[in-house]
Amino acid sequence: MSADEAVHRLHSGMTLGIGGWGSRRKPMALVRALLRSEVTDLTVVSYGGPDVGMLAAAGRIRRLVTAFVTLDSIPLEPHYRAARERGAFELTEIDEAMFMWGLRAAANRLPFLPVRAGIGSDVMRVNPGLRTVTSPYDDGETFVAMPALRLDAALVHVNRADRQGNGQYLGPDPYFDDLFCEAAEAAYVSCERVVDTAELTKEAPPQSLLVKRHTVTGVVEAPNGAHFTSCAPDYGRDEAFQRTYATTPWPEFTERFLGGDEQTYQSAVREAGA
Amino acid sequence: MSEATRAEYCVIACAEAWRDAGEILASPMGVIPSVGARLARLTFAPDLLLTDGEAMLVRPDGTPEGWLPYRQHLALVTGGRRHVMMGASQIDRYGNQNISCIGDWERPKRQLLGVRGAPVNTLNNPTSYWVPRHSRRVFVEKVDMVCGVGYDHADGARHHRIPRVVSDLGVFDFATPDHAMRLASLHPGVTLDEVVAATGFELAVPDEVAATRAPTAEESRLIREVLDPANNRSREVGS
Repeated sequence: MSADEAVHRLHSGMTLGIGGWGSRRKPMALVRALLRSEVTDLTVVSYGGPDVGMLAAAGRIRRLVTAFVTLDSIPLEPHYRAARERGAFELTEIDEAMFMWGLRAAANRLPFLPVRAGIGSDVMRVNPGLRTVTSPYDDGETFVAMPALRLDAALVHVNRADRQGNGQYLGPDPYFDDLFCEAAEAAYVSCERVVDTAELTKEAPPQSLLVKRHTVTGVVEAPNGAHFTSCAPDYGRDEAFQRTYATTPWPEFTERFLGGDEQTYQSAVREAGA
Repeated sequence: MSEATRAEYCVIACAEAWRDAGEILASPMGVIPSVGARLARLTFAPDLLLTDGEAMLVRPDGTPEGWLPYRQHLALVTGGRRHVMMGASQIDRYGNQNISCIGDWERPKRQLLGVRGAPVNTLNNPTSYWVPRHSRRVFVEKVDMVCGVGYDHADGARHHRIPRVVSDLGVFDFATPDHAMRLASLHPGVTLDEVVAATGFELAVPDEVAATRAPTAEESRLIREVLDPANNRSREVGS
């Protein structure tokens, strides 16, 4: 399916998980399609990067669930910061490990998982709904009962996929993309290239097959679809363009780069780099 | 060899955090802690594990020796086999650290990174801190958002430990009866008055203040010729 067709299946008010990590292998073509749609009022669950920055700047987020938002080489995400400082959305701020265990709980159909994180920190103060659980064994230690982070839909971007939704990563880190898909009712996987199933393991080892088709609803071929975030080994982060994104006022950025479809975006990027 | 710079004293002070640490992962954040961790690995902590900042465990020369994607990194934290040195936008007397936001969390004056892994780090493995510019804006009476848990909030959590805080002015620890921050050593050229003036809370000061040790000739050579020939350390801490 196309990115627009995938986004057409989403609706306002959803809880949407977005894969990748910071400014690394983010499903940006799908995020751009989302920005072209009318979908809004989202609860976004993300180890945040420019996906969060753009959706926040565009006013699409009602609540954000995250441990951080960063562009990595630019530590603070300027559009996210601006939106947060003007109180544009609600925030559920949790620790990186709590986030992971929340996804695991959802993927395993558990209401929560115990995690040794959060207690003593202000994560407890800013999330008054968080509960603790005490070990029923002799140690008697108290943990945070991290509630499952169930997702209505997940968006992830990988290097290769077949048409059935078997997704392959070829870079160094899977991040949590398989977990996002497992924790979601529906998952949309974009990829650099759709290939025949047999081709997936022709040159890459089987453990690179990260995302399984039973967890995937739709596959989108989106070359350069993580741009401007990294998608190793296909391409690195476009640092020059990321700087442009970070230093251009949002209305000007949307006008220059997000006014048309994905093809228009990619040509505008090429022009900006020329 | 010319005299050690302030940045090089800071490298030594950071490296010392991993002395005799054994076969654990060193997770330095920032240029100077990174040089320090690799220096420790090459000298007095030869069993340390290091990462390339992404998913690989590497030898000091960059040769991969293992795979550590984020999911395994987070699991390694809870296993405790790690000593992390994080940054701090604010740190207080009891070692509470803030990297989330400045001002009221509900509507921050300045949004920063977010809590990241500070809550899980501080409850599971030794967590030290690196502050390249020691000031009253960083060393505050009370942090705006507790990300890394300090001694007064840890309630004796079984794996909680903050071995040291290193700044461009000195080294600090919590070796006091109530675990309030104490001056452990001053870098050469820094006066006690300077540190006190740059600290927004009452610092415990021992009767005799030690000096941060100088790098040995071999350590200086490693820092300058092997680990940081481009002198990135001087961009983090000037002389």
